[in-house]
Amino acid sequence: MGLNKKDFTLLLIVAILCLFAPFILNPFPEGSALAQFNAGYPDLMQRLVIFGIFAIGFNILFGLTGYLSFGHAAFLGVGSYAAIWMMKLLTMNVIPAIVVSVLVAGVFSLLVGWISLRRSGIYFSILTLAFAQMSYSLAYSVLTPITGGETGLQPKVDDPRILDRVLEISTSQRANLFGLDMNTSHVVRLGDWAFTFNAGYYLAAIVMLVAFYISIRIFRSPFGMMLRAVKSNQQRLNYTGLNSKPYTLAAFVISGMYAGLAGGLLVAMDTQVGAERMFWTASGEVVLMTILGGAGTLIGPVLGAGFIKYMENIVSKINKSILEQWFAFMPDGIEDLLITLVYPFIGKGWHLTLGILFMLVVIFLPGGLVEGGQRVGRLFKRKKPADDKPDGKTTPAE
Amino acid sequence: MGILEVKNVGKRFGGLQALGDVNLSIAENTVHAIIGPNGAGKSTLLNCLVGKLIPDTGSVMFDGQSVLGRKPYEINQMGISRVFQTPEIFADLSVMENMMIPCFAKRDGAFQLNAISSIPSQKDMIERAEHMLDDMNMADKRAMHAGSLSRGDKRRLEIGMCLSQEPRLLLLDEPTAGMARADTNNTIDLLKQISEERDITIAIIEHDMHVVFSLAERITVLAQGTPLVEDTPDKIKGNPKVREAYLGETQDAA
Repeated sequence: MGLNKKDFTLLLIVAILCLFAPFILNPFPEGSALAQFNAGYPDLMQRLVIFGIFAIGFNILFGLTGYLSFGHAAFLGVGSYAAIWMMKLLTMNVIPAIVVSVLVAGVFSLLVGWISLRRSGIYFSILTLAFAQMSYSLAYSVLTPITGGETGLQPKVDDPRILDRVLEISTSQRANLFGLDMNTSHVVRLGDWAFTFNAGYYLAAIVMLVAFYISIRIFRSPFGMMLRAVKSNQQRLNYTGLNSKPYTLAAFVISGMYAGLAGGLLVAMDTQVGAERMFWTASGEVVLMTILGGAGTLIGPVLGAGFIKYMENIVSKINKSILEQWFAFMPDGIEDLLITLVYPFIGKGWHLTLGILFMLVVIFLPGGLVEGGQRVGRLFKRKKPADDKPDGKTTPAE
Repeated sequence: MGILEVKNVGKRFGGLQALGDVNLSIAENTVHAIIGPNGAGKSTLLNCLVGKLIPDTGSVMFDGQSVLGRKPYEINQMGISRVFQTPEIFADLSVMENMMIPCFAKRDGAFQLNAISSIPSQKDMIERAEHMLDDMNMADKRAMHAGSLSRGDKRRLEIGMCLSQEPRLLLLDEPTAGMARADTNNTIDLLKQISEERDITIAIIEHDMHVVFSLAERITVLAQGTPLVEDTPDKIKGNPKVREAYLGETQDAA
């Protein structure tokens, strides 16, 4: 497949994790005290891989070139709108929706990138942020005929859906892949455990694996090397006869297309779009994912995306009564104290937990979770005779 | 007709006339030094040659083509490579990658979306970069992080990167500034070897007289933005005007 052994192993591990995710993410039996830590339900699993795609694409821009875009949610949103319009106009089959979402996001990011890349550093970030906020505001107001404004968009019974009507496929408004409903789930019960296998998740996971594979190829290509050179020393690059502008623009468009792909998949899984998808916090989230996981590394963004989405969905669901259950065995005074101490960090306070973790990672592990993993790995390796092989990983962003 | 022809070039920064009326001709396959006291306009002149600055007046012709108004990468693709005062290399990349980038720039031009092929499959590029590293005596350092090289090695690498593009004109901006004596002598030997073995014109801006007189075949003395005199090293040494403007100073300092 054109990959070296190390990269192929990485891809294989990710593929196996994706394949068995319904088992791996559901380690606790149903009804047990720890069951709320189970993440193996379709909605969350889909989000884990889709935001993985978003972060993988963002990392191609930020991790390789060092250009920090603060507006990538705009491309995700544009991709989502493009996908939902394909579902309204053409067919509920997800393939045209996903393909068109990538193309539309690519064209839009070409425009935004062409303008924003006239500046670098903080000014570039501000320009992309401005574009994203403009898109968000337009989607909410002027563009309501296209975006549905505050109510957003979803497929309706009286939509044209030309292809479906001509081919007389089905009149349902459910996203499908050649008739396979994306919501189809198959639940396997083993004792107290219940594992859910969902069609939509596996489609998203396959797309994520392809996206991940392409990202590895880009990282290892001459083009990827040039992007790292842009980050390292743009002056030397220009005085070496290379024009940095088309390189950064290409990286910007590729990462915009990844964002559009993620947006299209979100619609394929859950057929509705709202403008809040483009809000600046959504752009900030993908920055957090990439840095938390390890910017400039291959697997980091996927880990970061998984970590944040898991936190968002699991930690935020822990409430006071669950805490009371956990600490029930303790004496009353200590129980109350512990609940008071822990309470700010759970439920709606999960952002606080995330913020603290993010600070800890940035301060102590500038290379993100990947660096953490490498350090742990080295700790175990130290017992063996040291073999210093240069790893293919790039240096993390400052 | 030299490979580089500078005619009536002037450059003003606000109230400061950095370059007055510079005329300079650099003959092909020579080593030409441009010297002068601080503030003489040496760096301004160099920046006008590589596209970093655009002169207010005059013309700069390289091999019969004007370089004015072209971007640095375009001028580089015409065949002018520049070595900076502080080595400019890709510090976050490996030595080998540093050497491969100019090889790609030479083969593929200013931009090529080569995102699918892997680097190990680019056999000709690897061979070329390895050959250049051998020439620079840096083959054993190929896997090293370029940022962790010593100052002298960074300089070697930068010169090697420029040479791997097979430029017709190599511009060096005080290549030995801030170097220890041993490193300076190594750099002189390297540059001598390059000018003898390769079909290349070298223009060097330098402060260190030892470097200038060991290397240069022609010397232009710049003072207050205009060329004072241009001659061979021996004649320059004996020229009273030059002694007064420049050499006297350095002898006192030394």
